[in-house]
Amino acid sequence: MMPAFHLLPPSASSAASRLDLLALGVLLLTGIVALGVLVLVVRFCTRYRAGSGADRAHPPLTSRMAEIAWTAIPLLLFVGVYVWGAVDYARLYSPLAGAMPVFIVAKQWMWKAEHQNGRREIGELHLARGKPVRLVMASQDVIHSFFVPAFRIKQDLVPGRYTSIWFTPTVDGEYRLFCAEFCGTGHAVMGGRVVVMAPADFGRWLQEGPTQPGMAARGFELFRRYGCSGCHAAGSTVHAPELSGLIGRRVHLRDGRELTADEAYVRDSILLPDKDLVAGYAAIMPSFAGQIGEEELLAIIEYIKESSHDERTGNR
Amino acid sequence: MTSAPETAERAQAPSYLAEDFTLWSWLGTHDHKRIAVLYMLSITLFFFIGGLAAALIRLELATPQGDLVTAETYNKLFTAHGVIMVWLFLIPSIPAVLGNFLMPMMIGARDLAFPRLNLASWYVYLAGGALTLGALLAGGVDTGWTFYTPFSSMFSNSNVVLALLGILVLGFSSILTGLNFIVTVHTMRAPGMTWFRLPLFVWANYATAIILVLATPVLAMTLVLVGIERVFQVGIFDPALGGDPLLFQHLFWFYSHPAVYIMVLPAMGVVSEIIPCFARRPVFGYRFMAYAILGIAVIGFLVWGHHMFVSGQSVYAGMVFSLLSFLVAIPSAVKVFNWTATLYKGSITFSAPMLYALGFVGLFTIGGLTGLFLAALALDVHLSDTYFVVAHFHYIMVGGSVMAYLGAIHFWWPKMTGRMYPESWGRAAAAIIFFGFNLTFFPQFLLGYQGMPRRYHSYPSEFQVLHLLSSAGAVVLALGYLLPLAYFGWSLLYGRRGGDNPWRATGLEWQTASPPPTDNFAQAPVVTQEPYAYRQ
Repeated sequence: MMPAFHLLPPSASSAASRLDLLALGVLLLTGIVALGVLVLVVRFCTRYRAGSGADRAHPPLTSRMAEIAWTAIPLLLFVGVYVWGAVDYARLYSPLAGAMPVFIVAKQWMWKAEHQNGRREIGELHLARGKPVRLVMASQDVIHSFFVPAFRIKQDLVPGRYTSIWFTPTVDGEYRLFCAEFCGTGHAVMGGRVVVMAPADFGRWLQEGPTQPGMAARGFELFRRYGCSGCHAAGSTVHAPELSGLIGRRVHLRDGRELTADEAYVRDSILLPDKDLVAGYAAIMPSFAGQIGEEELLAIIEYIKESSHDERTGNR
Repeated sequence: MTSAPETAERAQAPSYLAEDFTLWSWLGTHDHKRIAVLYMLSITLFFFIGGLAAALIRLELATPQGDLVTAETYNKLFTAHGVIMVWLFLIPSIPAVLGNFLMPMMIGARDLAFPRLNLASWYVYLAGGALTLGALLAGGVDTGWTFYTPFSSMFSNSNVVLALLGILVLGFSSILTGLNFIVTVHTMRAPGMTWFRLPLFVWANYATAIILVLATPVLAMTLVLVGIERVFQVGIFDPALGGDPLLFQHLFWFYSHPAVYIMVLPAMGVVSEIIPCFARRPVFGYRFMAYAILGIAVIGFLVWGHHMFVSGQSVYAGMVFSLLSFLVAIPSAVKVFNWTATLYKGSITFSAPMLYALGFVGLFTIGGLTGLFLAALALDVHLSDTYFVVAHFHYIMVGGSVMAYLGAIHFWWPKMTGRMYPESWGRAAAAIIFFGFNLTFFPQFLLGYQGMPRRYHSYPSEFQVLHLLSSAGAVVLALGYLLPLAYFGWSLLYGRRGGDNPWRATGLEWQTASPPPTDNFAQAPVVTQEPYAYRQ
């Protein structure tokens, strides 16, 4: 039995309809050019076939005007398409404030997801319809790529850094998740299922499953176990930066640079503490590279993020 | 166009084929024409080996289950297909065979500037080919031709280092050929052969040679770095060792994007020779065509980041690379418009070379225009690493470069061998290849938009209809490629003698005997005219 044939994949996210429109625009533009070339080639080939009686007086050899025209007109059209594509692209990477973070960790050859409340899943990802979601993604081994055709969303997961993309699921249903970057023997079977549910159903689903501490709680536990709290806790005698309210804050570095602290910055600071040294602090923090796994890192970062909400009024 | 050599003198000089018949007269030759023939034999062999891998891939993909070969074997097959077709066939194809054979004659020279270096290039190519083929046969390589790190450097359990070494050696062959071409065009042009009298084929090969010399060393360095990381565990690309995987992608595509132009510029040169000859009129906008070649060569160095729009590279870098990718499409579009205008008020005949050239124009146009989908940032997020990309680059490299290569072989076959190929077979093969190609690769655009990822040996069953069409097309295409092999072989023995200039073409290469004597011209030619001085 062959399943029904559809020309287009299902369209189930905020990004999908915008992208289909862009595709249609580019298709029209390129289609007109291709058709124009085809019509001219066929017409010239029939009209000016050897032996035909067509008028061949004064064949033009070169024409500055023609060259300028067929350089400038495509250029203008292309720049238009470029701007359109770039605006939509920038949108995919500028997450809506308040988009729900979901953490994705990939390894050969499976997808693991963890929600903020600690609910974890493997090979599946449950999302609420109409609720913007921001994926924060890491890989434990090689490069993978998170690809859901129905959402028109794809983002590589690169070991050693976080990548992120956001969208809003719009239609309930089950959609295919593929790995799109070749990752070894099991690449073709590194698939999964994305389930979009009504918000109420999603809320219920989130509470089901084995009870376990939320990510932030697990992060707090790890924060103490790895000894981070010894230096970074508020009352510590060691001169280390205080971390509450760190995410999203502008940070001045010792070498004069300035950056906005995000997940990737915290990750780098744990694994490569000397890379982005904060102004006013000595390089005394040891590296935790090779000791903390990707999932533990995400939990610690989630704890630091949560602590900013709790202590927003506190002394920085 | 030139002072014609005297008939008596021409009769005295034996053709390059009849000069000597010993094996060593071939393996030790310094004659650019014989070296071109050596290249032609070797790349033909590799083309059919790479094609065999493609046939097995398409056979496997006829059904959704991975039932013909294992995942492991499938991964090795597409790696073998990519590596062989890119480095052992496409990159040397038109430059090393036809560039080698024709360029000295087209500029009125007796040989390339460094004949021994030319022969050395072929031996280096053979050594690289043997190493690469050895790696692929002795267990295979499963990284894909792109060798993405850290998979290739730290995770793959296959013959990665041997394959890297083979490609490294092949790169030196490219560099030596490129160097030879550049020096030849600068120093060996006949009196009167000014830069703007050069045939566009020479312009194209000259620009290609510059890319070969400037880009290939970057590939060599990148491959060495991957080897160092793999063998000595020095952290360069693997973050677990302190490296950066995106650094590899930047270095790799800094070579591999210009490499696309290495493959397609010479093809454009071929088409610019064939269309004026069969339309019986000068190429339209000659100077703009030459500028477009140079424009593509220069801008082609600045677009590598468009392979990395979803890799995690900065959004702003993506925007710059996208804009530059739209810009590089402009000179290509200009070339298509000029070829079309060349047909206007021509007197057109449709021999096999012309069919291939027209096929090139059509398929290259589709390949180029679908590139705009991939250059548009947000669209690439969806299409990247799907079959849309596979279809796009096959339209450029197979629909474009291979069509042009075959067109060129048909066009200059009488020059190389003195004999004609059977014309009706030639036209039939061109039509079969054109049809088979489109049936194979057009469905892949749709597959890609539907979300079918690349490099899958099994796939969800909703993709089967299009995969089946594609596999059926591959059968037709395979037949189309075997036909020329058969009738060119036949023509060597039984083909009708074509005379010196069966196409009444104007290039300098047609002003000497077919096949030409070892020294090319009985008397050094003097050029007094513009190129493409065709009259109807």
